[in-house]
Amino acid sequence: MSVDSAARAATREWEPDRELLRAALLVTDRPTRPAALSAAFTFGWRAILKIKHVPEQLFDVTLTPIVFLLMFTYLFGGAIAGDVSDYLHYLLPGVLVQTVLITTVYTGFTLNTDITKGVFDRFRSLPVWRPSPLVGALLGDTVRYVIASTVTLGVGFALGFRGAGGVPGAVAAVALLVVFASSLAWIFTILGLVLRTPNAVMGVSMLILMPLTFASNAFVDPSTMPSGLARVVEANPVSHLITAIRGLMYGTPEASQLLWVLVAAAVITAVFAPITMHLYRQKN
Amino acid sequence: MPSTNDSGALAVEASGLVKHFGQVRAVDGVDLAVRAGTVFGLLGPNGAGKTTIVRMLATLLAPDAGTATVLGHDIRRAADEVRSLVGLTGQYASVDEDLTGTENLVMLCRLYGFGRGAARERSQALLTAFDLQDAGGRQVKTYSGGMRRRIDLAASLVVNPRVLFLDEPTTGLDPRSRNQVWDVIRTLVEDGATVLLTTQYLEEADQLAHRIAVIDHGRVIAEGTSAELKASVGTGAVQLRLVDPDDRPAAESVMARVLDLTPERSADPAALSARTGDSAAVAQLLPALADAGIAVAEFSLGQPTLDEVFLALTGRPAADEEIDEGSAA
Ligand SMILES: Nc1ncnc2c1ncn2[C@@H]1O[C@H](COP(=O)(O)OP(=O)(O)O)[C@@H](O)[C@H]1O
Ligand SMILES: [Mg+2]
Repeated sequence: MSVDSAARAATREWEPDRELLRAALLVTDRPTRPAALSAAFTFGWRAILKIKHVPEQLFDVTLTPIVFLLMFTYLFGGAIAGDVSDYLHYLLPGVLVQTVLITTVYTGFTLNTDITKGVFDRFRSLPVWRPSPLVGALLGDTVRYVIASTVTLGVGFALGFRGAGGVPGAVAAVALLVVFASSLAWIFTILGLVLRTPNAVMGVSMLILMPLTFASNAFVDPSTMPSGLARVVEANPVSHLITAIRGLMYGTPEASQLLWVLVAAAVITAVFAPITMHLYRQKN
Repeated sequence: MPSTNDSGALAVEASGLVKHFGQVRAVDGVDLAVRAGTVFGLLGPNGAGKTTIVRMLATLLAPDAGTATVLGHDIRRAADEVRSLVGLTGQYASVDEDLTGTENLVMLCRLYGFGRGAARERSQALLTAFDLQDAGGRQVKTYSGGMRRRIDLAASLVVNPRVLFLDEPTTGLDPRSRNQVWDVIRTLVEDGATVLLTTQYLEEADQLAHRIAVIDHGRVIAEGTSAELKASVGTGAVQLRLVDPDDRPAAESVMARVLDLTPERSADPAALSARTGDSAAVAQLLPALADAGIAVAEFSLGQPTLDEVFLALTGRPAADEEIDEGSAA
């Protein structure tokens, strides 16, 4: 730092230096508009920077699976499955799915925060591919899904979970889960655009997700449920997802289950992404 | 007050802009003509519709009715061209508070199409120009109000926009930071940019804007140079001090005859004052007093403040609607 700038910093005074300003403004060559994906990746980079700068936002993402795994395994494991180790084997894929699905809520929460703070106005005033801020946010959020999955799997491993699918099975399970979660996030971007505050987005999203994840086969085998309830639980899309994830982790994947999840992800994206984009364009 | 630049093409042209929010007519038929290379001020109290006008011109909000062009590009049909030519600094945060100053600028540079290295260089140049080079590595949320506005401005200048929209660029700033922002705006305009700024500060419009549109309830209720607005309101203050206080009654009747009004007696026994917009009559006042043998010690013709302009135009002071400043969306 020069003596001059040190002195200025000390007095906290600043006179705009017209020559410096002129020089900074004198950009004659306008770069060409970036490609659609390149813009999306830049927004994805932003999402990752935010995780780096605000690591607190990963707290509940990482704490929830730890608490759930410990609580269900040791408090209820004996009662539900008779054997703690058997139950962990059943439970882990369910908690993995629940954790990642709950993480998708942050996509809508973050979007709404950007809108209420005004940052989105600047993004929308840029000459870039219009969906890129949203697509970029979803790309960045996959990092969050992977972190949440890694923590859950790590805790499960420490507690004694050993899936026959091994590491390849676990990696494939996480990949499938990330694909599904990214499609589900389009539902929460809608809430992010429609609701007025970030906390409202969080509340409503949880209200949707909690019944979906609990009324599934995540914690209890539907064959032990009353037949009416079992039918509901088996129809729940989250149960289908968990079954497919179990298949991969147990080393017994079935093509029909995997296909079901991939088609569901495609349908959800095809329906909700255009709605989100429409709302985004109309957003006041 | 800056001199008026009447030559040159229109940078922004709007006609009949309307925007409703439910029952609220936020913008109710606004026409604007902003000459290239000038500063145009939208002056009005909170809730007048300034932000809504700017957001429509910056293609963030589709108008319900009316048309507008920015540098000849229609804001609806050629929104992408408009976006590539304008810069916007919104009323509220327009950079990401969680990121550092450098990260914010690099991100925007990349979004405008700069390569990785060029983005770093450009960000550094902007930070230096705004004296933020030492703060570039810190999260924006740690910046002071003045630094915040400077990074906001820098973020709007990544590609040297031909037209810059500044929504209340100095609201909430201390006088020194406000002067810095004014200097930046003046420099930009010297370099040929066109600036459309909104403000609640009468002094700010007076200081910066070549032309001013006074906005109230979504309408332009007056438009012109600061001097024209003042003249049209006609409340210039004539101040007169006599050498001999005993001449006051005589001077009073001369003033009443020439200006066609009743002058006010000031506390000073040798002084008189009157409010008038009739400058031709004012010019006759001194000769008339001399003819009557009245010696004048001081004579001045003050201009009305824009506060008085607002009062005269709307029948109520501008300050009335500023109660919820900052909380309005
Ligand atoms: N997104 C919105 N939804 C509903 N009403 C709005 C919205 N934006 C602005 N308004 C209303 O429109 C009017 C004009 O607001 P605005 O353009 O923000 O005024 P200003 O910027 O002059 O303070 C106000 O009555 C405000 O409450
Ligand atoms: Mg406003």
